[in-house]
Amino acid sequence: MRSLLILCGIAATLLSFAPVNARAQEFTITIKDHKFTPAEIKIPANKRVEITVINDDATPEEFESKPMKVEKVIPGKSKGLVRIGPLKPGSYPFFGEFHEATAKGVLIAE
Amino acid sequence: MLGALIIVFREVIEAGLIVGIVMAATRGVPGRGRWIAIGIGGGVLGASIVAMFASAISETFAGSGQELFNASVLAVAVVMLMWHNAWMARHGRKIAAEMRSIGTAVSEGAKPLTALAIVVGIAVLREGSEVVLFLYGIFASGTSGAALLVGGLLGIAAGATFSALTYAGLLAIPTRHIFTVTTWLIALLAAGMAAQSVQFLNNAGFAEVLGRTIWDTSWLLSEGSIIGRMLHALIGYTERPTELQLVVYIGTLFAMFLLMRLARYSPRRPQMPAAAE
Repeated sequence: MRSLLILCGIAATLLSFAPVNARAQEFTITIKDHKFTPAEIKIPANKRVEITVINDDATPEEFESKPMKVEKVIPGKSKGLVRIGPLKPGSYPFFGEFHEATAKGVLIAE
Repeated sequence: MLGALIIVFREVIEAGLIVGIVMAATRGVPGRGRWIAIGIGGGVLGASIVAMFASAISETFAGSGQELFNASVLAVAVVMLMWHNAWMARHGRKIAAEMRSIGTAVSEGAKPLTALAIVVGIAVLREGSEVVLFLYGIFASGTSGAALLVGGLLGIAAGATFSALTYAGLLAIPTRHIFTVTTWLIALLAAGMAAQSVQFLNNAGFAEVLGRTIWDTSWLLSEGSIIGRMLHALIGYTERPTELQLVVYIGTLFAMFLLMRLARYSPRRPQMPAAAE
């Protein structure tokens, strides 16, 4: 019981950190034939960024990047919103987990 | 085929490690096999359902449905792990004493196995839904499906074997230390899951505070490597944790041990015979 109360407390605290950052910059990446276009994308460093990943393939893909702390399934013929950052300047590789051989890309924060 | 084997294997070991720990933590508890089987079965069923509704889940909550779903199930798992450890803090000594005196079986039957069955179910559900989607993609694309499918099935078998080895390894720990070890493993598991959960909230557009990366140990151990993934599943290893993740990680450990203390020294302690030492 106590555990529940404590956890509810933690959850409430976290949820109270409502989205404060409404001015995230937006970018788009498209998956087609298990490849990313663009495969290289430049974003501003130290800022919150939103990337819309459009999957034009019929099969699902998982947009994954440990360095960006993202892991998101994009079902076939649909799109998903990926929120990242703030990232320090540098290059951040990403890949499609279900087609790792071809689905590769890199994000450059500068 | 090898590619499919590796992808499926690494998803399965992440869930397998958790199943192995739960098996070790419930050593000697009657009926645990059934509960763990229910957890795994429920997880597989849930994984298929989640995979089937992947598009619908993604589109809810302004495109953040998937992240909020992951954050929620992880939070539920954290609560269940806390419940388990608090329960063990109260009854564990008695169970350990009985195990020593009569071998393996224990008469204690009130163990809240549902908590750990739910944890197992969630672990299988999370990793399993990715496996299902991946295998579905193979079927849908049609090309050389058979070889890839064989690879996928071999990956599941290899992952299950790995899970069994984890359990066997934990069983090698002497009885008198086993619960101390599993208590710590479960505490670290819960802390890691809480830190993951808060990152999913962040990806969903919530909890966007303390977002700076504290350190980067990707040069030392990549989170994408097999060892990195295993440590991620086990203790929540993250190559670039954010400030918030670290705060939540430490906070969860703190809350866990505080709860265990409260459980141990509860004034409403049931009248059970003192642990025979």
